[in-house]
Amino acid sequence: MNRTKGDEEEYWNSSKFKAFTFDDEDDELSQLKESKRAVNSLRDFVDDDDDDELERVSWSGEPVGSISWSIKETAGHSGSTHEGREQLKSRNSFSSYAQLPKPSSTYSLSSFFRGRTRPGSFQSLSDALSDTPAKSYAPELGRPKGEYRDYSNDWSPSDTVRRLRKGKVCSLERFRSLQDKLQLLEEAESMHDGNVITAVLIFLKRTLSKEILFRELEVRQVALRHLIHFLKEIGDQKLLIDLFRFLDRTEELALSHYREHLNIQDPEKRKEFLKTCISLPFSAEDSAHIQDHYTLLERQIIIEANDRHLESAGQTEIFRKHPRKASILNMPLVTTLFYSCFYHYAEAEGTFSSPINLKKTFKIPDKQYVLTALAARAKLRAWHDVDALFTTKNWLGYTKKRAPIGFHRVVEILHKNSAPVQILQEYVNLVEDVDTKLNLATKFKCHDVVIDTCRDLKDRQQLLAYRSKVDKGSAEEEKIDAILSSLQIRWKN
Amino acid sequence: MAAHLSYGRVNLNVLREAVRRELREFLDKCAGSKAIVWDEYLTGPFGLIAQYSLLKEHEVEKMFTLKGSRLPAADVKNIIFFVRPRLELMDIIAENVLSEDRRGPARDFHILFVPRRSLLCEQRLKDLGVLGSFIHREEYSLDLIPFDGDLLSMESEGAFKECYLDGDQTSLYHAAKGLMTLQALYGTIPQIFGKGECARQVANMMIRMKREFTGSQNSVFPVFDNLLLLDRNVDLLTPLATQLTYEGLIDEIYGIQNSYVKLPPEKFVPKKQGDSGKELPTEAKKLQLNSAEELYAEIRDKNFNAVGSVLSKKAKIISAAFEERHNAKTVGEIKQFVSQLPHMQAARGSLANHTSIAELIKDVTTSEDFFDKLTVEQEFMSGIDTDKVNNYIEDCIAQKHPLIKVLRLVCLQSVCNSGLKQKVLDYYKREVLQTYGYEHILTLHNLEKAGLLKPQTGGRNSYPTIRKTLRLWMDDVNEQNPTDISYVYSGYAPLSVRLAQLLSRPGWRSIEEVLRILPGPHFEERQPLPTGLQKKRQPGENRVTLVFFLGGVTFAEIAALRFLSQLEDGGTEYVIATTKLMNGNSWMEALMEKPF
Repeated sequence: MNRTKGDEEEYWNSSKFKAFTFDDEDDELSQLKESKRAVNSLRDFVDDDDDDELERVSWSGEPVGSISWSIKETAGHSGSTHEGREQLKSRNSFSSYAQLPKPSSTYSLSSFFRGRTRPGSFQSLSDALSDTPAKSYAPELGRPKGEYRDYSNDWSPSDTVRRLRKGKVCSLERFRSLQDKLQLLEEAESMHDGNVITAVLIFLKRTLSKEILFRELEVRQVALRHLIHFLKEIGDQKLLIDLFRFLDRTEELALSHYREHLNIQDPEKRKEFLKTCISLPFSAEDSAHIQDHYTLLERQIIIEANDRHLESAGQTEIFRKHPRKASILNMPLVTTLFYSCFYHYAEAEGTFSSPINLKKTFKIPDKQYVLTALAARAKLRAWHDVDALFTTKNWLGYTKKRAPIGFHRVVEILHKNSAPVQILQEYVNLVEDVDTKLNLATKFKCHDVVIDTCRDLKDRQQLLAYRSKVDKGSAEEEKIDAILSSLQIRWKN
Repeated sequence: MAAHLSYGRVNLNVLREAVRRELREFLDKCAGSKAIVWDEYLTGPFGLIAQYSLLKEHEVEKMFTLKGSRLPAADVKNIIFFVRPRLELMDIIAENVLSEDRRGPARDFHILFVPRRSLLCEQRLKDLGVLGSFIHREEYSLDLIPFDGDLLSMESEGAFKECYLDGDQTSLYHAAKGLMTLQALYGTIPQIFGKGECARQVANMMIRMKREFTGSQNSVFPVFDNLLLLDRNVDLLTPLATQLTYEGLIDEIYGIQNSYVKLPPEKFVPKKQGDSGKELPTEAKKLQLNSAEELYAEIRDKNFNAVGSVLSKKAKIISAAFEERHNAKTVGEIKQFVSQLPHMQAARGSLANHTSIAELIKDVTTSEDFFDKLTVEQEFMSGIDTDKVNNYIEDCIAQKHPLIKVLRLVCLQSVCNSGLKQKVLDYYKREVLQTYGYEHILTLHNLEKAGLLKPQTGGRNSYPTIRKTLRLWMDDVNEQNPTDISYVYSGYAPLSVRLAQLLSRPGWRSIEEVLRILPGPHFEERQPLPTGLQKKRQPGENRVTLVFFLGGVTFAEIAALRFLSQLEDGGTEYVIATTKLMNGNSWMEALMEKPF
């Protein structure tokens, strides 16, 4: 954030930015503590009887008697443990307690969708549909299953679709002409019922040639979307790709093909598959990513084979000291770079596993590279490498420290990897912005940096305040006292 | 058993009873003893309408989870599969049926599809050679499940993806069917308003369904005055932001499933003397969260910053109530005190739980990272620096924060900028792919297709116009005693709820311009009522509006609508329905591409 100081001030003070903090000292935290205390003290008073009627919940919180609880219960695995017995006990008391009230409403849902089979003249919604009023439109239960299959041959496409929608199985086979079939599809489409649309599409897919099916669907977008969804669902990749090709939807075609790699477990096969994706009509941007994906896996296979060998041979120190936690196969690029900075840092650029080689091959930006290398080397506590990472020499041979990610980030990462204070101090000192430097130094207890910075700022008040934070009788305290009593400094406050 | 469903303006227990009765009827059709094999996903939603005792009364003796290979032994006459219509489940069922031991006693198989039979699934069963083994193949139209006195959900997790990515309108069809059921129970809804392509479709389906049923007049006196159908893609912004109400934060951090939440158990160990040796429980603590719990009903919709003071006030009241025992001198007084004990104990238990939950949440909300994330979100929503690469997002990627968190932020930035500059978009894409894996290119494409992440076209950012006209960003927000819905996001007023609010007063005509910028048509339909059913509203009587979110709704939006319901001069009370209760995380999750 490149705000000027004034901006920043306004930014933090303006009411626009609601920090999610609790304002004053009499805040939520103390209030929460208070209610916690009250609750705890109450516990002492009331005998905490977990079996009372308030706690009808097993420890896992599954309310006793709930369906998910009962699945475990009736499956017969519990009951051996103490908890299981307790659940059983409370359930028994529960089922007697829970005499279910009889429903007050006599209208069940099904009564709305069924014919007048029920007493009471409640007008059902399906009445309008029924040619014979007593007929039921939902598949009748309690009858042999064959009976609700329909063999009637004279239904129009619209009747047929309506029957399909009611869950009746009816044969579509007798719609032979293309015109009939398309009418069937249009009827289904106008119902918006995906279930019926799909059913008709299955029929069309079986009885029409691919070319005709595609051609007709191209002008029927709703049905087309359902077919695509359906093909994805059943995994008919081949027809799906044919369809995309026909529709000239090249990018979808490419993505759909690429997606399949997720299902290939074997790394060699996956690599070969990715190779076939490279030439697909992706956008220029994506194309580069797909190429990288292939190259990365190719690399990983080589590195993996090599490192597994090294590790099992037990001759290489780094693998002995830090055994690999997992294979590097199918890991993201940045993780791979970290791995290579960890195990293969010093390797020459010519090897596939060297960090520099990865950086060049995948055009990893400087920032990303430095961050990753820093994290890896700091984890190994290779402070020398860390130092080298930020040291640049100019043409006169003078060295200078430079960090593309900003030294405040360097400090954070070093701290996360528990770097010793001397190291931290060195990098805190390199932070340019004085306020940030002071903050970091205070946060990570780099006393010398804090003291020196205060002195340089001629900030007597802050130094005095810091004095109370350092240990009594420590070298830091002495140093502060010496500075405070110095007559050389013209304090600004 | 579900009294809290009848507390609201519309008694949703009527719906619950109707679906329960339907379930009983089905069970009775399969005469004799039964075992139910559950698609595990369904147990949650079913738990909201029935308990095991109901099933037991109808001779359900065993229950199993649907798994491959052979069914567990059960000496029952009927085996019933309760499943969603999904192909992969059909394969498992077929495996179960085919590996049935033929030497054992013959058992009858049945399938109950929830919420619908699927011809595709039956085709699959046929292909696998088991379709004939089933005596009953039925559907159970559990379209809208009552969650609370003012809340219904279809709990269809795929609805957003199906509607907006795959163009599959099946879930819209279910929504329309659910609305028809509601109208059958609560009367025809005289006015339908809508915004968005899917809203238009649902309204069309409803009108068509009604036309098909002409001849049967619905004679129920209408309870709802209006229906508002809203597409999720009209407001892609709201779910991306972090919800800041109590319930919203519980959902963001722990995820509420079917009104249950699982929490780390350590904070919930009752302190008792003498059991210090007891091991700490390792299983998560599961709590049910709904308005049946008095305290929860009071605090769920508050901004989290206002929860602590309520809890501490409650603690004082309860302490005082327990202290009363010292004043109880006569037998009558003692008796009265004792009679209140159960209620007091319940209140105490509830207070203890919510104090613990509030502490857990506070640990998160006071962290530096939460603060930083919130700052960035609020910058974006108020229109600051949305057009360049954001440092915080960059840092999150560099430190490999969860991908979902990163995607939420990037999408938020994109939505608040009407799309990202190509250079910025490409940069984020490359960073994400290199850090999290190239395969996420598929997920990025999904996000792009859904409109969540896109390049800015035409170089114009329309978000500021929308923000200003709809007053989406409020500088003076009062979290303790809110005066505007923007308290639910500590400054940002959810667009979707603003639309609902403006519809009720002064009407959408005042915001025609913005409505045209937002995607999809806006419309109004009337469903004429016979004169006998027309409502004569008493002066001061509130209208009831059903707001249906197609593609999901967040708890913060629900809280905002409840806030509007409670306004003294609001004039409208809201009932909320949705395809899925969701948050930014579950949303992103649903849009991520996984192996088949």
